[in-house]
Amino acid sequence: MRATEPGRTSLRPPTECRGLAAPAPVTPPLVEFRSVGFGYPASARHRARPFRLAGLSFAIAPGEIVGVIGPNSSGKTTLIRLLTRVLEPVEGEIALEGERLQSWGRAELARRVAVVPQGVPRELPFTVRELVLMGRYPHAPGRFFENPADVAAARSAMEATGVLDLAPVPLAALGGGETQRAVIARALAQEPRLLVLDEPTAHLDLRYQVETAALVRRLNRERGVTILLVSHDLNLAAQVSDRLLLLAEGGLVRLGAPEDVLDETLLADIYGCDVRVESNSATSRPTVWVPYTTDASPRRAER
Amino acid sequence: MSPHARLALTVGGLAALLVAVAAAALFVGSAAISPGAVIDAVTGRAAPASVESVVTRAIRLPRIAVAALAGAALAVAGVAFQALTRNPLAEPSVLGVSGGAAFGVVIGQSFGLGLTVPEAMGLTGLAFAGALLAAAAVYAIAAAGRRTIQIQTLLLAGVIVGIFFSAAITVIISLLDVNRLGGVIYWLLGNLAPIPPGALAILLAVGFGLVLSHARELNLLALGEESAQQLGVNAERLKLTIFAGAALLTASVVAFAGPIGFVGLIVPHLLRMLLGPDNRLLVPTALVGGATFLLVADTLARNVVAPAELSVGVITSFCGAPFFVYLLRTRYRGTL
Repeated sequence: MRATEPGRTSLRPPTECRGLAAPAPVTPPLVEFRSVGFGYPASARHRARPFRLAGLSFAIAPGEIVGVIGPNSSGKTTLIRLLTRVLEPVEGEIALEGERLQSWGRAELARRVAVVPQGVPRELPFTVRELVLMGRYPHAPGRFFENPADVAAARSAMEATGVLDLAPVPLAALGGGETQRAVIARALAQEPRLLVLDEPTAHLDLRYQVETAALVRRLNRERGVTILLVSHDLNLAAQVSDRLLLLAEGGLVRLGAPEDVLDETLLADIYGCDVRVESNSATSRPTVWVPYTTDASPRRAER
Repeated sequence: MSPHARLALTVGGLAALLVAVAAAALFVGSAAISPGAVIDAVTGRAAPASVESVVTRAIRLPRIAVAALAGAALAVAGVAFQALTRNPLAEPSVLGVSGGAAFGVVIGQSFGLGLTVPEAMGLTGLAFAGALLAAAAVYAIAAAGRRTIQIQTLLLAGVIVGIFFSAAITVIISLLDVNRLGGVIYWLLGNLAPIPPGALAILLAVGFGLVLSHARELNLLALGEESAQQLGVNAERLKLTIFAGAALLTASVVAFAGPIGFVGLIVPHLLRMLLGPDNRLLVPTALVGGATFLLVADTLARNVVAPAELSVGVITSFCGAPFFVYLLRTRYRGTL
């Protein structure tokens, strides 16, 4: 059991409610960012100004679906890289299950946090089954071939995303939606507590967007996986997420229920264009649309 | 079929082929020795000082051993470089790594290092340094601050570095004493001279061990470095380990047998057609398949123009260059 750190009490319910009984065990947040800062080195070629992420603090409770939204270069990808130790923060710290992220080994971390990247590299020569079995690596990095337990876990992951029939098919022969489900199955084979989806609908047409939304919700409900959904797609995030985290220019702008975060004035300011928010009559979640009437301010558009 | 069974079956099949080819190679050569005399020599029934015995045991046997070891090493190095660069056309000679190793060897030879075991080890050390230098240069040129390396940039960088090192070798040869020139030239052509296979075998075992023990990680590297890291792979350490292992394999072969091109391209590709992309199957089968391939090539080199000899590098290049063109024109047409 990992030690709970004394300073972290924000999510704890007030103890006086519990009378004189010993405090009941509180579920610690699965992930917590505490004043996290990060900066890429300045590069004249790539950015006019060096990108910085500063003072980022939030917590994700087990079982939640949190959507991360924000314009380009708002820090969404950096957030994923910090969370998976591809990058290390220069300020503050990140905790997983109450323990500093730096104290986790890579494989140990990959057994808790799985990332679904945007598709697979072009010309990746593997089949769906081979890809999904790669998700078993962190469970036994020293093992040369996967054992029957690994094969069973991969099978269950492929069943969960509906790609079991495609197991022997090369990835190159799959369509966009199928590739996405194969990649999600690979992440599920890691048996993570937290599933991070990076722009899961980036290259998918409408039907697969709906399918992905349903899949994400089902995985959360049936497998109890906590989900961090990073997306450009405000509507997908609003439909799926319990809470939204809005980033802009490397800082947290607002964190809360979708109807609180998706605010017309706030979005118009952040995105630099006219934005309308209505309630989706089918799901009563907010829906964002853009009227395309006013010109976006060039200052914003350049970034 | 389970991966274990596929691996065992393929390695077993290739090993049987290797033994058959090695046995056949023992019976052919520019010295006309009857099969019966060869058997007598191998089993020790011939007089130790007889021509048959000396040719068979002191010339043909060590040469067969070196050809098999060198082929094994080059094929495994090919698999390793292909996985490392995520580029199916990467190969020690295409990447300029052989050229760098050759430069190291020529430097050593110009200082008079020869073929006794300690001197050969010194040559190998210089070859290793040259190989690392060339590979680092190719990587630096091709990457140049970018996240991913394009297939064509990497090939171009390899060609450029290769040209540079062959020019450097030419400079040294021009300055070299005539008495030392013959050996250098003969070696440069990729000739497998009878040299101590034991020392070569030890170096190769180290390089092979490094690559084989990371075969599963190499599969994950195909997903990209970031994804591999997120799956628990220490990508930086993996790259350095495989880089060193593949450079050691290349450098040892170059030091002992001269630059022999294209083995690392042909053998892994043929095996991929048979077994698919899984490095856990490719690395061990490349070991046996590479040995068989180079042994066939060397046996041809010894016999097609007998009593003269071609160097084995000529045979592999004559096979490899058209094969490379074929791959460019068919398989990788879209990517280039």
